[in-house]
Amino acid sequence: MRIFDPHIHLTSRTTDDYEALRAAGVCAAVEPAFWLGQPRTSVGSFVDYFDTLLGWEPFRAAQFGIRHHCALALNPKEANDPRCAGVLDLLPRYLAKDGVVAVGEIGYDTMTPEEDKALAVQLELALAHGLPALVHTPHRDKLAGTRRTLAAVRESGIPPERVLLDHLNESTVREVAPTGCWMGLSVYPHTKLDPERTVRLLAETGTDRVLINSAADWGRSDPLTTARTARAMLDAGFPEERVEQVFWHNPVAFYGASGRLDLSEPPPVAAEEGDRYLGSSLVRGG
Amino acid sequence: MLTARAPRISTLAGLREALTRRAGPEAADWLAAATREIGAQPAALHRHFPEAGRRCGRGALEPAEETDRADQADAPAEADGLPAGLAWTVDDAARALLLAAVPLRGAELAARASAVYHEGDAAERRGVLRALSLLDVGEHALPLVRDALRTDDARLLAAALGPYAARNLDPHTWRHAVLKCLHRSIPLAAVDGVVRRRDGELRRMACDYAVELTDAGRPVPSDLWFLTGHLPRS
Repeated sequence: MRIFDPHIHLTSRTTDDYEALRAAGVCAAVEPAFWLGQPRTSVGSFVDYFDTLLGWEPFRAAQFGIRHHCALALNPKEANDPRCAGVLDLLPRYLAKDGVVAVGEIGYDTMTPEEDKALAVQLELALAHGLPALVHTPHRDKLAGTRRTLAAVRESGIPPERVLLDHLNESTVREVAPTGCWMGLSVYPHTKLDPERTVRLLAETGTDRVLINSAADWGRSDPLTTARTARAMLDAGFPEERVEQVFWHNPVAFYGASGRLDLSEPPPVAAEEGDRYLGSSLVRGG
Repeated sequence: MLTARAPRISTLAGLREALTRRAGPEAADWLAAATREIGAQPAALHRHFPEAGRRCGRGALEPAEETDRADQADAPAEADGLPAGLAWTVDDAARALLLAAVPLRGAELAARASAVYHEGDAAERRGVLRALSLLDVGEHALPLVRDALRTDDARLLAAALGPYAARNLDPHTWRHAVLKCLHRSIPLAAVDGVVRRRDGELRRMACDYAVELTDAGRPVPSDLWFLTGHLPRS
């Protein structure tokens, strides 16, 4: 089965993960820009990060047969840091790049006025650049945050079918379902959904406008939860075409709206053969 | 609560006394020399601030057995004794005293505190945050509290939520910080002024979180019920 992980932070993962992802059927991924755990102190730090998401990481992914695209944005948490505010001015030149298929992840962290501004500006940028928007819903005060996010989306004028609201759960998916926005379910151990809850939610929402991701990152996460959830769907009696709709056709439709999705097989070069990116290969010392 | 639990470290004199008791005369001598030097030459702060842990030690300033249990009557359920790293340490105390020796006040002192905070590692940042309630910085140091509250480091979060935040932080940011403590399993006993500042909106946020956890089949932390003001039906 082909799997497209629509939200995974691959820069935080190892080559073992890449091997396991490909073996489990994951052959395409979108990596949204996010907070790195260590706060950044300048706009220049974002320049290097965005360049990584457009350069080194797609190269690394391709070594394992995975098509890598990215979503770029100033994340909600760092939108509160005045040293990073200039990232909003940097974004237009990056949003023009081929590898960028969405603006994201944007949204709320603590629901501050600075976050209101960054969200509004970046939804506007998505509209201006013809890109979909990957909007994260907050970890804390999630229901209130989701409602406020939906209000900001409505206010921006971006068509709902261009917006993905991510990290939804039982309470928040019911808020998003009637809006026409895409519904993102993150299967992430301990803090978000598990495969069984996800399958129960799918029985309620159906499989239209639903994207399922691992959201795997530097936290205690598991990049293979997409494959595990696909298996759980089949075990629960979902027909194969529904599973394929959720794990392939839906992400292709959502990010394909950018007109920039390239799902051709990456060049078949094994890592050990030492293909190079700016003179470096994945073979250390090579 | 913490304010009631730790009366001896609510003043610089109390802090110095606690540090001398825990760290011994050699550390006290070093601190006396360092604070004298900073008093004459504030730039010396940047040299002494990083070495405070090496000079004075890093253990708890007031080990659990020394705390006054009778003061904890109105504390959340799990308030008896904070986990290591969430209460004052000896190096926190030393750094607070180094900062207090800087012969500046108001925005100028806050700028100096901000400089050592942003140059600092996690322990140094924690020392700055702990010191804020003892420094004459007005509201000028609030950006440091906000910076710390954006991290996921329990030691920084707890240090940021001391008496300075209880006095000065706006209600919205303060409520979100308390909710973050529940998310990060930080005992609310680490949050200064939580008894006084909890309000209806925080109760609403805590109730929503309880629903979310229950939907997910996850345990609801007992501190959460302290915010909602009632116990769950069994």
